[in-house]
Amino acid sequence: MIALGIEGTAHSLGVGIVTKENGKCRVLSNVIKMHRPAEGGIHPREAANHHAEQAPLVLAEAVEKAGISLSEVDLVSFSQGPGLGPCLRTAATAARALAVSLGKPIIGVNHCVAHIEIGCGVTDCTDPILLYASGANTQIIAFTNGKYRVFGETLDIGIGNCLDKFARDHGIPFPGGPEIEKLARAGRKYLELPYSVKGMDLAFSGILSSAAQYIKRGETVEDVCYSIQETTFAMLTEVAERAMAHTEKNEILLGGGVACNARLQEMVNIMARERGAQAYVPPKPLCVDNGAMIGWMGIVMHEAGVRMSLAETTVNQRYRTDDVHVTWRSG
Amino acid sequence: MQHEKLIRRGAEAEILLSDYMGRPVVLKRRVRKSYRTEEIDFRLRSYRTRDEAKLLHEARRAGVNVPVIYDVDVQNGQITMEYVEGKRVKDALHSMARAEMEALCMEVGRSVARLHNANLIHGDLTTSNMILSDGKVVFIDFGLGAKTESVEDRGVDLHVLMEAFESTHSERPDCFENAWRGYEDICWHGAAAVRQKIDDIIRRGRYRS
Repeated sequence: MIALGIEGTAHSLGVGIVTKENGKCRVLSNVIKMHRPAEGGIHPREAANHHAEQAPLVLAEAVEKAGISLSEVDLVSFSQGPGLGPCLRTAATAARALAVSLGKPIIGVNHCVAHIEIGCGVTDCTDPILLYASGANTQIIAFTNGKYRVFGETLDIGIGNCLDKFARDHGIPFPGGPEIEKLARAGRKYLELPYSVKGMDLAFSGILSSAAQYIKRGETVEDVCYSIQETTFAMLTEVAERAMAHTEKNEILLGGGVACNARLQEMVNIMARERGAQAYVPPKPLCVDNGAMIGWMGIVMHEAGVRMSLAETTVNQRYRTDDVHVTWRSG
Repeated sequence: MQHEKLIRRGAEAEILLSDYMGRPVVLKRRVRKSYRTEEIDFRLRSYRTRDEAKLLHEARRAGVNVPVIYDVDVQNGQITMEYVEGKRVKDALHSMARAEMEALCMEVGRSVARLHNANLIHGDLTTSNMILSDGKVVFIDFGLGAKTESVEDRGVDLHVLMEAFESTHSERPDCFENAWRGYEDICWHGAAAVRQKIDDIIRRGRYRS
């Protein structure tokens, strides 16, 4: 089976074409186009316009790179939520049009769950805790008692949002994460920032105000970036470890754009090693928002017997991870 | 060096059995985490150790049974406390007659109310964190506790208790209601508002199952 997945929850429009081989996910192509605002943050409508313009081009490029013809696609899947309404609707419309014109089944998938399933599809992990760290989402997810459950999450903003907002306020272009990572490498001095972990939940907004104060007082951007990374990533690693202890699982999977950060990967690796567990990180194009994971999720669900009528493909901006009815896993 | 025996390894601390001036004691040692910088690591281990010792102390003053603290070593993140002999409430509940169960759950509820009356939150009210010792319920592990007046936090505290009863004692469906009777009985600050919070929390998507 060949599945074509369309991702469009936020700033990126992605089309990925995947197939299943020996129980694992084989990515035939994975094209991502990201909306980069000239200044400021993402405006949902502008991002949706970007997606509408790019959809036909990205689709054509993905099909060409996969070396198939469109008629060979057996299944169309798309990100049904959670995300920005206008972006979700654009991707869903593209998916519906494609599925109807090809006469192929369509499946809407939960974006957060797709991050965990693609990890299991391309690495050796089978039943991990997912540390999902992206712009809007920061969650610790694991499968227990028939569902993907959220064991901990941000109480205010996503970790990526925190990094982007700091970057924007200090003249670093969007997305701020990679640039902060570079600056942080030159940082030497640790500046104390609020460390807000409540059980398995986190809060980041206090860090932003505190970091801005340091800059005002003349601390270097490098030191502040270093301190932001050390603090927020220690928080993420701590709650991930707590969830592992709580669920007694010994695999940890990283997902989301922030998971590409080498320092976060290093911290999670050390944590896992010290508790005799294993850490897994999918390749970067499968960590960020991408169509391949949506395609793979489609295959996983289709194989478990999930079918959707067009009427069931309405998007859901607040699609909760624990609202997903899981029929493809047991335990 | 005293004899030490590891009995539990949590996410942040090791629990060891040892002795202190001839008495059996429990050591709670917050271990160094090498994934985080020295500054963060020291700050977290020492602050949390100090805060937990403070909470234990205040809980005792509020009339809740907690282990006696013998020593607090903030530099090394270690609390030395009384070893409480007994059975976890989690295990005790399974083999109890109905009347006994009701009395125990009510006592759990009363103790939680005493904590809340003193503006204390336990933070992890599972039945594994309560020991039935000589007919008394002793609360342990204030590692996630806090000092707060927020009704939301009280609601969360009791919601954790509700879930603990439901998940491990599903054969005893009225555990929580008995605990609630005890709580309501001596709660000073409007039990109705707390109950409302618990209902709100249950309705939030995250906790629906």
